[in-house]
Amino acid sequence: MTVELDPAGPAAPPRHNGELVFAAPWERRLFGVTLALHERGVFAWNDFRALLIDEIARWQATAAPGATYAYYERWELALSRLLGERGLIDPAAVEARARELAALPPGHDHDDHDHDHDHHHHDDR
Amino acid sequence: MTEDPAARIGALEAILTEKGIIDSETVERIISYFETRVGPMTGARVVARAWVDAAFRERLLADATRAIAELGIGGLQAEHLVAVENTPRTHNVVVCTLCSCYPWAVLGLPPAWYKSPEYRSRVVREPRKVLAEMGLALPPETEVRVWDSSAELRYLVVPERPPGTEALDEEALAQLVTRDSMIGVGSPRAPGEPESAR
Repeated sequence: MTVELDPAGPAAPPRHNGELVFAAPWERRLFGVTLALHERGVFAWNDFRALLIDEIARWQATAAPGATYAYYERWELALSRLLGERGLIDPAAVEARARELAALPPGHDHDDHDHDHDHHHHDDR
Repeated sequence: MTEDPAARIGALEAILTEKGIIDSETVERIISYFETRVGPMTGARVVARAWVDAAFRERLLADATRAIAELGIGGLQAEHLVAVENTPRTHNVVVCTLCSCYPWAVLGLPPAWYKSPEYRSRVVREPRKVLAEMGLALPPETEVRVWDSSAELRYLVVPERPPGTEALDEEALAQLVTRDSMIGVGSPRAPGEPESAR
């Protein structure tokens, strides 16, 4: 169970014992952050689980037919809600930081693949 | 919202780290634990022990959490582990209909299909059909029991010991126990069957 793969590469249908449990590095990181928060005693696991169930149910109730289910996106939403409810993070601050990170040129810090979404590159390097 | 999930999660981790709530070494240690230390090989040890040691098997079926502690296994959502045994008459299969509850301590993290909406809803409605699609055709006389995991209960299927394995020791038997067989969607390997066959 290693995750040393090209996140942009084709994902083989997960069937076997040796399959990767994380489809992308960010999923792996999100999992680790969540468990670290739990280990630190920030929340009881069942509190997180309740929100995860809620976010999964919400997707199932609202997803367009044929939409791709992304489990760790549900997980992310659940964790963000939990941390927001506990007053531990300000969603706006996370979003602002995320924009900064997303605007960094490829190869800078978080190992980037192609960014194909809209953002503004800083050209003043 | 920023569309790049890597940037969103990176931002979340950075802010939590700056606040001193988590640190990157802890995050890395936890991830590494799940990637290298826990996985189906742990559950396979439990099943192989149950196959060779009837008294252990009884203790496992009576109180799985306590029994796996004898093997030094525990924590990680194994607090309420229940072992369910397959027999020629009964086949057990595990699901978490609401989210993705899974016995991490014995099986590691769940495979993608276990978390999928399709598996979660269909295996309850039409388990026999889902199992057949996954390559496990059960005789019509076999009763299928579907166990829905919850916050309180996590399930480990103890598959039937394959025929022709009388001469194998515990370690060799453990090699035959697949993850899928411990979820109940597959069978253990037959002796000599290559790993890629499951």
